[in-house]
Amino acid sequence: MERPLLEISNLSIVHSAEGVETTLVDDLSYSVFPGETLAIVGESGSGKSLSSLAIMGLLSHELRITEGSMNFEGVDLLTLPDEEMRQRRGRDVSMVFQEPMTSLNPVRNIGSQITESIQENLGLSRTEARNRAIDLLKEVGVADADRRMRQYPHHFSGGMRQRVMIAIALAAEPKLIVADEPTTALDVTIQAQILDLMARVCADHGAALILITHNLGIVARYANRVNVMYAGRIVETGTAEDIYYRPRHHYTKGLLSSIPRLDQSREHLLRPIWGNPADPFVPISGCRFHPRCPALHPKCKSERPLFSDQLACHFPLLIKEKVEC
Amino acid sequence: MKQPILRIEDLSVRYPVYKGFLQRQVAQIKAVEKVTLTLKRGEAFGLVGESGCGKTTLARTVLRLVNATEGSIWFEGENITNLDGAALAPYRKRVAAVFQDPFSSLNPRMRAGNIIAEVLGVHGFEGDAKCRVIELFDLCGLSERFFDLYPHQMSGGQRQRVGIARALAIEPDLIVCDEAVSALDVSIQAQIINLLEELRVRLNLTYLFIGHDLSIVRHLCDRVAVMYLGRVVEVANSEELFSKPQHPYTRALIEAVPNPDPKSEVTREFVALNGEVPSPLNPPTGCVFHPRCPIAINKCCSLEPTITNSQSGHDVACHAFTLLPKDEK
Repeated sequence: MERPLLEISNLSIVHSAEGVETTLVDDLSYSVFPGETLAIVGESGSGKSLSSLAIMGLLSHELRITEGSMNFEGVDLLTLPDEEMRQRRGRDVSMVFQEPMTSLNPVRNIGSQITESIQENLGLSRTEARNRAIDLLKEVGVADADRRMRQYPHHFSGGMRQRVMIAIALAAEPKLIVADEPTTALDVTIQAQILDLMARVCADHGAALILITHNLGIVARYANRVNVMYAGRIVETGTAEDIYYRPRHHYTKGLLSSIPRLDQSREHLLRPIWGNPADPFVPISGCRFHPRCPALHPKCKSERPLFSDQLACHFPLLIKEKVEC
Repeated sequence: MKQPILRIEDLSVRYPVYKGFLQRQVAQIKAVEKVTLTLKRGEAFGLVGESGCGKTTLARTVLRLVNATEGSIWFEGENITNLDGAALAPYRKRVAAVFQDPFSSLNPRMRAGNIIAEVLGVHGFEGDAKCRVIELFDLCGLSERFFDLYPHQMSGGQRQRVGIARALAIEPDLIVCDEAVSALDVSIQAQIINLLEELRVRLNLTYLFIGHDLSIVRHLCDRVAVMYLGRVVEVANSEELFSKPQHPYTRALIEAVPNPDPKSEVTREFVALNGEVPSPLNPPTGCVFHPRCPIAINKCCSLEPTITNSQSGHDVACHAFTLLPKDEK
C-alpha cells in the first residue's frame, strides 16, 4: 500500500482556561494519502476545524496538544521548532479558510499577498513572482489578472476572494491543502464554481485535499474518503460509498436521514437525531453519542468504544442495508 | 375562489444612494422590482435566490419593516402598504417573524419566559401569561425549565424553538421565516423543519419561507418562487419547479446543488453558471439574467421579459425557455 502523506496518530487537543482543562479533540488518528480528497464531516463543536488547525500549527495559545504525533513525509510536525514550521507552512501544507474577507489582509493589495507567499517559499525574484502570481490568478479564473493584482480585497466579491485564497494556497505548490468550510459563506452557484475549481487544481498539481464541511452533498461529490467526527472523536471512517450506502455508526446513519434531498419528493420524512450536539465543555462518559443514540445499551454509558475496523461503536448497525441501495 | 391571505402586487422597493457633502441622491438600488405573488391560506410559500436577490427585502416589506416604493400589499383583502401607527396594529397581530440567527434576535438580558411574556403583554393578553408561555413552550418542544433560562444557556436549536414560540405567541395567521434554519447544525435543522411542518398543520398557519438551501425549501414548501436580482423569474408548485424547471436560472440553481449520493454525484456532469450576480445598482439591460444565461437570444439584451400568467400556476419570466429541449430534466 502507498505510504501516507500525513499520518496523525493519537492526537489530543486540550483547552485550558482558569485551571479547567477540557479535551476538545480526543485520541484522533487518521491518514491522508497523496493526491486524495479526504472529507471531515461533523457538526459544530466536533473538533473538525481544530484538528486541521493543528496540522498547520495554528492553534491559539489556550489550546495545547497533549499527546500524539503528526507525521508528514517522515517528519513529526509537532516536534518542529516554530521557525521550521513557519517555513513548511505554505510550502508543504497550505490552508483555505471559510471567510475570505477575514483571512485576506484588507490593507494590502491582492498582488502583494500572493507574491509574498511565492517569494518566501520559492525564492523567486520580484518580477518572476509577479508573473507567477498573474498566472495563478488566471488559473483560478480571475479575469483581467494584471489589473486585479493592484486591487484590494474589498474590490473583490466573495467568490472572487475565495479564488484569490486558492491562488495563495497553490502559490508554493504544496502537497496538501486543508480547506475549512471553503464555500459555506458562498451562494450555491458560486459554491459549485469554487469546488470544481479546487478539485481541478488539486488534481492538476497533484495535491491532496482535506475538505472540512458539514454539507453531505459536497462530500458525496468531491471526497474519496470520509471521516465522521462527533464530540472530538472520529466515530466512523470509510470510502464515500461505505459511509453513504453502508453506514455502521448510528450517528452517521442519523446524519444521513436528517438531511432533506433535492432529488426526493416532499413526502419523504426527515428523521432527525434526537437531542442537541454534544457540548465539548460538558463531560460525557462512555460513548459520547450515547445520550442521543437510538440503540442505547448500559455498556455505552460506562465504557468508551475503541476505534477499530474504521468504527467506534459497541453495537454498530449491521450491514444488511446493502440490498436497499 | 377563496380570497388569498396575502397578495403582493407590482411591488418595488428601491433604496436611495446618497453621496457627497450635500448628500444628494445619486442612484437607486433596485432591491425588489415589480414583484407580484399570491399566498393562499394554509400553504407554505418558499422564496429562493442567491444573496442580494431581494428575498429578505421582500420579506421585510411584507412585515412592514421596510416601506414599499411602488405597488401594494394586500392582507385578506385589505391594503396594508401604507398603514401606520394604530392602523397597523391589527396587522402586526396577524403576522409574525422567525429570523435566521436566534442568538441575535433574542434579548440576551431576558429570560426566555419573559421574552415571550413581553410579546403577550404588548398585544394585550389577558389571563395567566406564565401558563400561556409554558403552553407555547410545550407546543415547540421545550420543557418548563426553559422559562428561567437566558438565551446563552441554550443551544442553537433550543434558541430557535424559543424564537418560534415567540412568533406563535400572538396567534398569527402568517409567519415569515427568514432563513429560519440556516444557522443550525444538520441534525438540529431536521428537528426544526419537522416542528415547523407540524405546527403549520396543527395551527393552520401560512408560511412565507425564505431560504437559500433549495433542498430544505423543496421539502417544506407547497409553492416556490425563484428570485434573481429583485425579480421573480419563476413561480410554481414545489414538485413541478424542482422536477421541471423552466427558467435557465432555476435550472442552474438546482444543478449546482450536490446530492448526498456519491455514485450519481461523481458521474453527474453539469456546467456551473458563469460569472456572478451583477450589482443591483447597475443591473443589465433587458433580461437581468442575460449576461450569465446559456440560452440568451438577441431579444434578451434589450427587452425585459414579463412573467407569464398561466392557468397551471407555473409562471416564468423568460423569452427563450421555450427553446430549451423539452425532455431535459
